[in-house]
Amino acid sequence: MERPKSISRRRVLAAGTAGIVGAALPIAGQSADQAARPKVPADPTKVQGPPASDVGGRSPFERPKRLSFSDRRTSSLTPLQDLDGIITPSDLHFERHHGGVPAIDPQQYSLLVHGMVERPMVFTLDDLRRFPGMSMIRMMECSGNGGRVYRREGSQTDLTPQQIDGLTSTSEWTGVALSTLLREVGASQKATWFLAEGMDAAVMTRSVPMAKAWADALIAYGQNGEPLRPEQGYPVRLFLPGVEGNASVKWLRRIEIGDQPFMTREETSKYTDPLPDGTARIFSLDMDAKSLITEPSFPDKLTGPGWWEIRGIAWSGRGKIAKVEVSGDGGKTWQLARLDEPVLPKCHTRFRLPWQWKGGEAMIASRATDDTGYSQPTYDVLLAARGPSTAYHFNHIRAWKILADGTVKFGGAL
Amino acid sequence: MPRFLTRVLHEGSSRGFVTAVLLLFGCSAVALAQKPAAAPLGIGRAATPADIAKIDIDVRPDGQGLPEGQGTVAEGAAIYAAKCASCHGKNGEGASFDRLVATDSGKNFDFATNPKLPRAVGNYWPYATTLYDYTYRAMPFMQPGTLSANDTYALVAYILHLNKIVPENAVMDRSTLPAVKMPARDRFVMDNRKGGKVVK
Repeated sequence: MERPKSISRRRVLAAGTAGIVGAALPIAGQSADQAARPKVPADPTKVQGPPASDVGGRSPFERPKRLSFSDRRTSSLTPLQDLDGIITPSDLHFERHHGGVPAIDPQQYSLLVHGMVERPMVFTLDDLRRFPGMSMIRMMECSGNGGRVYRREGSQTDLTPQQIDGLTSTSEWTGVALSTLLREVGASQKATWFLAEGMDAAVMTRSVPMAKAWADALIAYGQNGEPLRPEQGYPVRLFLPGVEGNASVKWLRRIEIGDQPFMTREETSKYTDPLPDGTARIFSLDMDAKSLITEPSFPDKLTGPGWWEIRGIAWSGRGKIAKVEVSGDGGKTWQLARLDEPVLPKCHTRFRLPWQWKGGEAMIASRATDDTGYSQPTYDVLLAARGPSTAYHFNHIRAWKILADGTVKFGGAL
Repeated sequence: MPRFLTRVLHEGSSRGFVTAVLLLFGCSAVALAQKPAAAPLGIGRAATPADIAKIDIDVRPDGQGLPEGQGTVAEGAAIYAAKCASCHGKNGEGASFDRLVATDSGKNFDFATNPKLPRAVGNYWPYATTLYDYTYRAMPFMQPGTLSANDTYALVAYILHLNKIVPENAVMDRSTLPAVKMPARDRFVMDNRKGGKVVK
């Protein structure tokens, strides 16, 4: 199905960015939107276009952007509502850094692997690229993703998918399996944890169970066919499929193998989950199943009743998405959505469902189930399990409200 | 397949290497009954003690990684006022950056249910060694990695004292710091979520 042109998101966004584009003030008789539009020939078949170029760019009509909330700009969110399929363009992959983006010369780069190993080793970037490699298409989600809608901060209706859940992205990651390096250095079978350390100003560290290292951890140097972007860890990062993004330490300089967790600052009041029973869960690394409808969503407006395709993404850090159900009546009834191929483990999965809007108010929502049998919970179920002031892992069911005039608003949680 | 591997496989220049590569690629091991762990590929170089010492700065709860040196609460107070207070508040109450001092944890570690309860070193951090590790590696924010071991021990002593965990005459060093028992230590439990039907 063609993307419905009648959804008016583009108009809303274009108007919002008119000032940045610099097309100045609207000319009399023109809307701000028209004034900001790039100039193109009236008939492209009557004029030669520009020649081939060294590096391509987006159509000037497409201006997807990451969104940063605070002045400090320590994170930015992926514009999920502007994307099709499952791959996030590398320049739109979400960011979260703790000491800015370091500038690293790949020729100066090296990775130290030491600790409980037979042979402590140093690997250059060329060394890492020389090892047998592998690629995997996997999502990464920040465990703080969705916090504002769980905590019900501020306006609860004028929120885009990007504002709600933009701290999740999917890429094809290429690198060498960490297990390959562990064999190279002769990692001890008695080791139970490893420390990953970055070379940013935060010298970011996280402790990770060795089971993850042997299972599917990747020392990544490639993303979507090119070297990692600087903000994604250039030249080398750790990538832990299905695990909260913070643990996939970027700008990786050191791995230390040990027999106990190292208890870093990110394993204290950060990245732990206090529970209503008076304990706090630690090393809650795996991301549970979740889904989000990305179209229609705020600030879309449906131009009239009839057939619309509900589209969104679903993912689980534990495996494949087994099914996504979509409700058009606020959760009273659910229908199975179609899943686009490929359906990959620990990866965004695109779902679609044709839906007939009959006019009048409606509440649409999606519910993902993964191949462990885990289903995305309602808000009340998650609240009962975690309490109101938990700070991570917000995967409850999200809803969108369609108003009688077709306006789409964030509908909160089911 | 990377160019160098194709080349090596064609030339057959190193049988052990090729065997290991094939196993790593998941090729049939029936004809190649050799364990990959037995044969390193010989890529990379041995790390020297100096390579390791230069960047091995982490500190574990058992004290592994703590350097020589020491610091007192009084010394820490002076350094804190000069280098930390502008971001973390005069007495660690928090300002533009994180609060460092909090002692209240409610009736029963009520952090999940009471949104007004701040989480900080004194009421929520399980290990005191984390304070050394993080302060030394990443603080002060605008001059990261510039504190000496003595300065760091002193700051840790001061912040622990502000949190009413160590007395005013405390001296922190590589033996006293790992022995500090944090109030929240026993509250932490390993992740028990495993997928499946139950939401935990």
